[in-house]
Amino acid sequence: MNAPTAVEPADPGGAPATSPIEAEPERTHVSKELKHKSPLIACRFDPKGRFVFASAEDDTVQRWDLETTRQSALVGHESWVFGLAFHPDGETIVTVGGDGQLIWWPATAESPEPTRRVPAHQGWARSVDVSPDGSSIATCGNDRHVKLWSFDGGELLFDLPAHTAPVYRVGFDPSGRFLLSADLRGSVIQWDTGTGKEARRLDAAKLHEYNTGQGVDYGGVRDLAFSADGRFLACGGLIEASNPLGAVNTPAIVLFDWETGQQVRLQRPKEALKGVVWGLRFHPSGFLIAASGGSGGGYLLFFKPDQINEFFKLKLPNTARALDLHPDGLRLATAHFDNVVRICLMRPKPA
Amino acid sequence: MRCSYSCRSAEHLVTRRSFLGEVAAGLGIATGFSGMVLPSVSAELERKQRQILVIWLNGGASQLETWDPKPKTETGGPFRSIETSVPGIRISELLPLTALRMHRLALLRSINTSENDHGKGNYLMHTGRRLVPGQEYPHLGSVAAKFLAPERSPLPGYIHIQPGGGGIGGKEAAFLGPKYGSLNLGNGKAPANTARPESLSVSGASARDALRSHLDDRFARSRRTAETDAYTTTYEQALQLMERREVFDVTKEPARDLERYGTHDLGRHCLLARRLLEAGTTFVKVSHSNYDTHNENFDFHREQVGEFDQSFSALLDDLARSGRLEHTLVVVMSEFGRTPRINANYGRDHWGTAWSIALAGAGIKPGVVVGKTNVKGTAVVDGQVHAGHLFHTYLRCVGLDPTDTYEANGRAIQIADPTASAIEELLA
Repeated sequence: MNAPTAVEPADPGGAPATSPIEAEPERTHVSKELKHKSPLIACRFDPKGRFVFASAEDDTVQRWDLETTRQSALVGHESWVFGLAFHPDGETIVTVGGDGQLIWWPATAESPEPTRRVPAHQGWARSVDVSPDGSSIATCGNDRHVKLWSFDGGELLFDLPAHTAPVYRVGFDPSGRFLLSADLRGSVIQWDTGTGKEARRLDAAKLHEYNTGQGVDYGGVRDLAFSADGRFLACGGLIEASNPLGAVNTPAIVLFDWETGQQVRLQRPKEALKGVVWGLRFHPSGFLIAASGGSGGGYLLFFKPDQINEFFKLKLPNTARALDLHPDGLRLATAHFDNVVRICLMRPKPA
Repeated sequence: MRCSYSCRSAEHLVTRRSFLGEVAAGLGIATGFSGMVLPSVSAELERKQRQILVIWLNGGASQLETWDPKPKTETGGPFRSIETSVPGIRISELLPLTALRMHRLALLRSINTSENDHGKGNYLMHTGRRLVPGQEYPHLGSVAAKFLAPERSPLPGYIHIQPGGGGIGGKEAAFLGPKYGSLNLGNGKAPANTARPESLSVSGASARDALRSHLDDRFARSRRTAETDAYTTTYEQALQLMERREVFDVTKEPARDLERYGTHDLGRHCLLARRLLEAGTTFVKVSHSNYDTHNENFDFHREQVGEFDQSFSALLDDLARSGRLEHTLVVVMSEFGRTPRINANYGRDHWGTAWSIALAGAGIKPGVVVGKTNVKGTAVVDGQVHAGHLFHTYLRCVGLDPTDTYEANGRAIQIADPTASAIEELLA
């Protein structure tokens, strides 16, 4: 979960250049659509910003070259892929999915094939992250375990079974000293990556509800993001779940002060909007971007940390299921149910 | 259609079967020559021991996440299929414990009820008939309570264990009369007010009951209706229930059984179902909520089916171990299945076109799959049946003739839909 530095894209579809320019979130617009043949689930840009990857309901991960739009498939999972992460050098992508597998792939190869696979979890593995120094991989799953693996050898370093509900998200803090894991009930555990010991717990239970009428647990932390200055941790999900089985709920973000571990505020849409925050990213300049999807459709919502409601929102053509921020700090990728990865540019539309 | 004593209703009519059953019981007790009972009467006696257990997956469980998985297709979703104890039969990976017991189960994968409405689907699956205005048919539980339950059973013939509130559900009995309706145990709790108040002495309670009984008898001599009869029966059953209140208390079961069935509500409810069946209840239904997963179908099914897998497997084991499975029909069903198409919210919607149920026990051929859907599960391609066929099959399994008739309001009504018949491939 490293925060990028905003840089000028060499061209609207290509790799980033080096001169910093400012994002203009209020000017955000869809600049490109990359279409697959199956609904999409998760998406990530590679660290060098050349590709966007998205997993699909056909068990594949699709890779598009942003400049040429050439599409390649990563085929190897036996179920949907829920999590994607990269080594900081951009050469390797690791993926986890409903088959419980953790798979390493060469990210830039012409036709990527798995180079290593590990049976990581019983049932679904739901999220994966790579430490900022590239030495370890964190995974989590429905088996309520959090696991830390060596990146190079794939050995299990720590098995951390402290959660009492399926674990939805893992993410390293920018220093790499800590790992966060967050579950269905909104319990967020901070682990010391050196010792494997629990360092602290944060409470995002506002993002969970047990609906007695329907007899179901619902909600949870669907994504995590750190601000670039290390001051804030944001947890995305949902609140006001009056009808979990019918997708009647409101997207929301619980914002923490990272130093104190205290909740700063609950952020939510200004107007009635039904959905879930499926993806969260802090922009290097300090604002927070959320992708929401659900019965109310798809949106990009832009928040400032000191405000409850968004300062801008963009309606997307279809419900959104995931979000990533390009290393240039100007482009966003969203994965959608209608088989499309949308690239949004936080700059004025070309004349 | 109300049951009235002025109209030669089913309440007043003695069917050939029940007549034989009562005579046979009388012969057996009075003469002790049960070995000389006519074969047909013997069969009748055997039928009297049949019980039914229904596990109702409320809201419409997904056939794709249970009995008819379609992995690696665009409709299959993220779960895989697994081998079972019967070579060649695969079910969802969400049912690992049930898979080990597949040799006790039969799967029916070719139901097309063409009904996507909760209420209508519920009625259809419980009665084997479509809901039409002005005509209501009894639910399977009420049919069982009437035709299978011993006349003087201390427990109601039809008990429904459900989440939420409890009470009496007389409506399911339709023209059979409210005394064949369900006793609903809300959240698996004993019926309310079945403990004698401490302020009332045993002798005082007896005297009160004698007075009630006297007044009831006097009233019934001139104004007897199905409702007054149901009132009297219910009162008598309530008194007997007070004596046997412990039957509803699952904490009397060993801790290891509570653990084995699961520490969730369904675990407790299935353990209670076992107690009730052991105590002689004819028809027990356990409802498990909630499968109406228009949103996040896969997470909710993982949670719900996981509970079901544990509790159902434990219950199935115990029924088999005790020998009770031989004379207990077990049905796992819903009001409909769920759409093969996965919607934008990772949900599946209502789907009555091509879905599945599971059966076991009395009269069922174990270890078989009957019927087939196509590769994506969007249509039945072999052995299509509807709810009427299911109702015929259930009755045959417990030794009732589905073509027998009730007489209600002067009309002869076949017990099961006359346009359907039993699914012979499922019958042992």
